[in-house]
Amino acid sequence: MITVNSQLNADVMNSIVERYPRKRSAIMPLLHYVQSISGFITNEGIETISKVLEIETAEVSAVATFYTQYKFKPTGDYHIGVCTNTLCAIMGGDQILDSLKEHLGLENDGVTADGKVSIEHIECNAACDYAPVVMANWEFYDNQTVESAKALVDGARAGNPPAPTRGPSRLVTFKEASAVLAGLDDGLAHEGVQAGTATLLGLKLAKEGK
Amino acid sequence: MSLLTPVLSAHWDEKDSFTIEGYKRNGGYQAAAKALAMDPDALIQLVKDSGLRGRGGAGFPTGMKWGFIPQGDNKDHYLVVNADESEPGTCKDMPLLMANPHVLVEGVIIAAYAIRAKNAFIYIRGEVTHVVRRLNQAIADAYKAGYLGKNVFGTGNDIDLVLHIGAGAYICGEETALLDSLEGFRGQPRLRPPFPAIAGLYARPTVVNNVESISAVPAIVTNGAEWYQSMGTEKSKGATLYSLSGHVNNPGQFEAPLGITLRQILELAGGIRNGHKLKFWTPGGSSTPLFTDEHLDVPLDYEGVSAAGSMLGTKALQIFDETTCVVRAVLRWTEFYKHESCGKCTPCREGTWWLVQILRDLEEGKGSEADLQKLLDLCDNIMGRSFCALGDGATSPITSSIKYFRDEYIAHVKGRGCPFDASKSTLFAEAK
Repeated sequence: MITVNSQLNADVMNSIVERYPRKRSAIMPLLHYVQSISGFITNEGIETISKVLEIETAEVSAVATFYTQYKFKPTGDYHIGVCTNTLCAIMGGDQILDSLKEHLGLENDGVTADGKVSIEHIECNAACDYAPVVMANWEFYDNQTVESAKALVDGARAGNPPAPTRGPSRLVTFKEASAVLAGLDDGLAHEGVQAGTATLLGLKLAKEGK
Repeated sequence: MSLLTPVLSAHWDEKDSFTIEGYKRNGGYQAAAKALAMDPDALIQLVKDSGLRGRGGAGFPTGMKWGFIPQGDNKDHYLVVNADESEPGTCKDMPLLMANPHVLVEGVIIAAYAIRAKNAFIYIRGEVTHVVRRLNQAIADAYKAGYLGKNVFGTGNDIDLVLHIGAGAYICGEETALLDSLEGFRGQPRLRPPFPAIAGLYARPTVVNNVESISAVPAIVTNGAEWYQSMGTEKSKGATLYSLSGHVNNPGQFEAPLGITLRQILELAGGIRNGHKLKFWTPGGSSTPLFTDEHLDVPLDYEGVSAAGSMLGTKALQIFDETTCVVRAVLRWTEFYKHESCGKCTPCREGTWWLVQILRDLEEGKGSEADLQKLLDLCDNIMGRSFCALGDGATSPITSSIKYFRDEYIAHVKGRGCPFDASKSTLFAEAK
């Protein structure tokens, strides 16, 4: 019988393990699940996963440290990623990241003293036709400017961030988003647009006979 | 007649296109029902006959890949869909899955049945919360409808589909790294052979296909191989998603027959942003050698792009105008490859690190002309010397930019710095 701490739910963890033909495959969703409880990967989380999967803690750590979405210190409630891969950087991502760091008084990977906002530069997030792109808890904020990105972090610090461009009608917290990434249902799939303007451009032109 | 042929994107403008009701209203899941009444080998033949080739970059014939799975071997077979879309510039699979996740689920059912797999996985990148929601909902709804699970469509076949969510690693888009990651290890590429068709997931025969390839299958089952063959060019059949981004008036997704040119797509998109002109572009993401304004009429199919010295890749058309410093652009891509190199193979791990040092010096005006030869020598020692193509991809922007823009590198050396004003390249430059 696995004993886990009061917050990591054994039933949830077992349900994640049961998705797979082999237990070890569940390690990534389990790590996302730990982040949904703690906001980052805790030692306790690693120990619990090692018990659930019957592997060494070093094996869990080895996997956790390979992937950039797993964090080893607390993230903000709203984790902001500014794309600074080439296309977004050139379209304004560099200016957006610089201005947000200055605005928040943070370096890359920093978190505000109130624990509300953390920031990092990210790589291409598959939304280049909406460049420059900012992600908050891995939701899309398309076609950003310095001003709109500042409004996003200011809203986040005040507890009322603007809704994602292509996402649910409210921005969930980092922990809530991590639960979705653990494969758990938050009931928000039906919210938000089915597609943005750029996604639909070719279809629109085809219908116009162009 | 329009140059465009929306098939995958045909119903994206309907507000409920992502729901099972919306999908079924447009004929959804009828192809799966039809396919499951066919012989699996006939399905593989159909996909072979259609000419469908992998849309994840390599362009390998999809039906042939399915045909490599040994039959009657009494082993479990697996289907794995690569939805780890992370190649810089590539932005087709995520909007597809946000707008219509069911077309992929239906494609999975057909493909799994064809290769006799009872278990299928979709490996999606982790940085797309809402796309994960949509796909998970689609899978749950397909289970409820009896399209997944036990006895699908009442045919006696069992097909389970698991959504596996990544956690931020470009390398997991490489198929063998993806399989290691899915098995619960660090995502590092495997030496081949054996290929996944013989020893893939859990060392069992496995097909790994891109989202767009699998999503193309339902329409092929419905309309037939001849219909699919009627689009495209001699060896590059069918329609595909071209993703236009960067310094254009109207970026977006364009579904067109293979072989369309950038000139034609730019005309549709209202051209390069006003007052500017094309400088360089990628035909298929950052790992494909750069093109310039000399290449506007290259047919964007597998053979055409290859003959012109690049690769069709993911058809990610990233457009940069004359305000863009090519050294800055290439440095940033190189920093990406260095960050994403998994560290397994020395030429890639060490080589990308050195490439960044040299390029950074050049961009900052601290380089010399001899550095260009050093870059090319390093690229020569990285290319083809590692398990996977990540290192090869890292050399593409460097060698191609030196080929077309050597003078610009020299200008950085002679002028002791970057001659460009980065603020002029931004989307909000004009508004100021």
